[in-house]
Amino acid sequence: MKRLLYEFTESFRIAWTQIRANKMRSLLTALGVIIGIVAVTLMGTAIRGIDTGFQNSLALLGDDVLYIQKWPWGPVEDWWNYANRPVIKTRNADEINRIISNTPNSLLEVAVPVSGRGSTIKVGDARVGNVYTIGTSADYAKLSAADYREGRLFNDSESTAGTAVCVLGCDVADGLSPTRSIIDSTVYIDGHPFRVVGVFAKQGEFLGLFSFDNQAVLPLAAFAKYFSTKQNAELRVKVRDKTKMTEAKEELAGAMRRARGQLPGERDNFSINEQEAIRAQLDPIKKGIAFAGLFITGLSLFVGAIGIMNITFVSVKERTKEIGTRKALGARRLSILLQFLIEAVSICLIGGVVGMIVAYSLFAVVRSGAPNFPVEFSPDLVLVSMMVSIVTGIVSGFAPAWGASRLDPVVALRYE
Amino acid sequence: MTAPTASPGPAERAAISRNYRPPGAMVIEIENVTKLYKMGEEIVHALRGVSLNVSRNEYLAIMGPSGSGKSTLMNMLGCLDTPTSGKYHFSGKNVSTMTDDELADIRNREIGFVFQTFNLLPRSTSLANVELPLIYAGLSPGIRRERAEQALRDVGLGERMSHKPNELSGGQRQRVAIARALVNRPSIILADEPTGNLDSRTGEEIMQLLEDLYEQGNTIIVVTHEEDIARHARRVVRLRDGLIESDARQA
Repeated sequence: MKRLLYEFTESFRIAWTQIRANKMRSLLTALGVIIGIVAVTLMGTAIRGIDTGFQNSLALLGDDVLYIQKWPWGPVEDWWNYANRPVIKTRNADEINRIISNTPNSLLEVAVPVSGRGSTIKVGDARVGNVYTIGTSADYAKLSAADYREGRLFNDSESTAGTAVCVLGCDVADGLSPTRSIIDSTVYIDGHPFRVVGVFAKQGEFLGLFSFDNQAVLPLAAFAKYFSTKQNAELRVKVRDKTKMTEAKEELAGAMRRARGQLPGERDNFSINEQEAIRAQLDPIKKGIAFAGLFITGLSLFVGAIGIMNITFVSVKERTKEIGTRKALGARRLSILLQFLIEAVSICLIGGVVGMIVAYSLFAVVRSGAPNFPVEFSPDLVLVSMMVSIVTGIVSGFAPAWGASRLDPVVALRYE
Repeated sequence: MTAPTASPGPAERAAISRNYRPPGAMVIEIENVTKLYKMGEEIVHALRGVSLNVSRNEYLAIMGPSGSGKSTLMNMLGCLDTPTSGKYHFSGKNVSTMTDDELADIRNREIGFVFQTFNLLPRSTSLANVELPLIYAGLSPGIRRERAEQALRDVGLGERMSHKPNELSGGQRQRVAIARALVNRPSIILADEPTGNLDSRTGEEIMQLLEDLYEQGNTIIVVTHEEDIARHARRVVRLRDGLIESDARQA
């Protein structure tokens, strides 16, 4: 046991001397591993970044919110069955809320009607187009955990009275009034005046498709005064316990059927959507990207491994006589095997460490240069790359080291 | 004041007991050993039936022209190779049936090799070179260092411990190699043309060193084709065509 330990330290000493004696060669060989590790690590950060971005996007939808809509999220083949469904009416929310309050131990908390449209908002000469403007109730506050940069959401009385007030997403607010607070200013939403009572804090984008910071929220009654609520209405229902989403979904389906007066045996003429549906669709894509990305970058690491294997073969060939001498002096097969394996692993480890440093620098540059670019660096990535380097060294060094350990000492000693 | 020479210290006692061998004890017993090689289609009979006994504290020279089987016999004696048939006992242990790793252990503990081309590790110091067999013997760094330093002092290189082979003369290199052969206190020292790469004066010095080692109780086997070198030995075995031609003691 002790002997193995001494041989280990001796092997590291030999490896170190050997690497120092052949600096250029070791450097070039390590370069292959460096490039491989950099590629794999950067891919890892990118994949992780995509994943985080994806999670953040889903979190914007709320993991405890059910969406009652005409169409399901995700692809449908029999679209004609959906097209004839009746539109969701905002008043369904009141009916569902009544059912919820009459149901003891309801799994649902509150239903919030949301009706939306694209609008242009103006104040003075400034204008922001394509703002997603929604009309909703004061219960909207219970749905989203959104913070307010300034001000507040409209209250219950403003909501019921249909007071012309609005809350703006931060990008809208900044677009209209970049320098000073927009609170209490009057903005014109498609020509109609609304007083700004609040500005949301930055929330971010949903999968890069839709910005939650580019919206305006109005009391539904005020919205309905000027705009149609017939198209594009939906109900958002908050669930009390997000571990019971399935049961909550069933309860909500029942409530909605009652609100709509659907007969037993009739198919639901509405869809209940949740973020899970999006996750289910995007997860395979995400996994596919991760797999393909790691596979392709893994190829470069593989090339690096071939370099290690090659150099270990050369090293064994060059030092055949030394191997013979060591065997004559009592080195066992394992000793020789260890010696060359450790040499290969050492080069890989050096490559791994340098690769990590390079990857981290690149990551830091990307992070500071493009803050929105989805990259994320984590300590376990360091651990994984080190493991990968070691495994690479062992796998690629094994064949030549094995050959060295099996050399006939008589032949090896005679080798010139 | 007591005389310091009255009783030997523990280290000296160990050295004495180590080198003390009952007279006549056999270290090498070879009986009717043959060795065949395949060279392509041809089968080469390198040894055709060699029997040889070597007892403790002998000084033996093995001679013979090239192709006589001299090198094969040396490899066999050094446990680098195993016989095709016949028996080989080293200190009573049957070597002919040992595995590679068992042979490696025998070489490590029982045999000190001295090569014609010195075979030192070029990038290691004298001390590190001499320590090498002790690493494979599994000795701790402290003991290794102590023993290697002693062995280097024994061959007169106490001042050259941190020199690398390329900073040493040929004779000094061979001395390092001899220190390396001695350091694990082997049963035999096996020297293959130890002066082949040295000028005659340095060669003579090396032979004198081997002579000293013999005087101290070591068993020495020298393989050579030079009569001058063989003259140092007390017994000369001559090989021809894979057989022992003569085996004679000399003064």
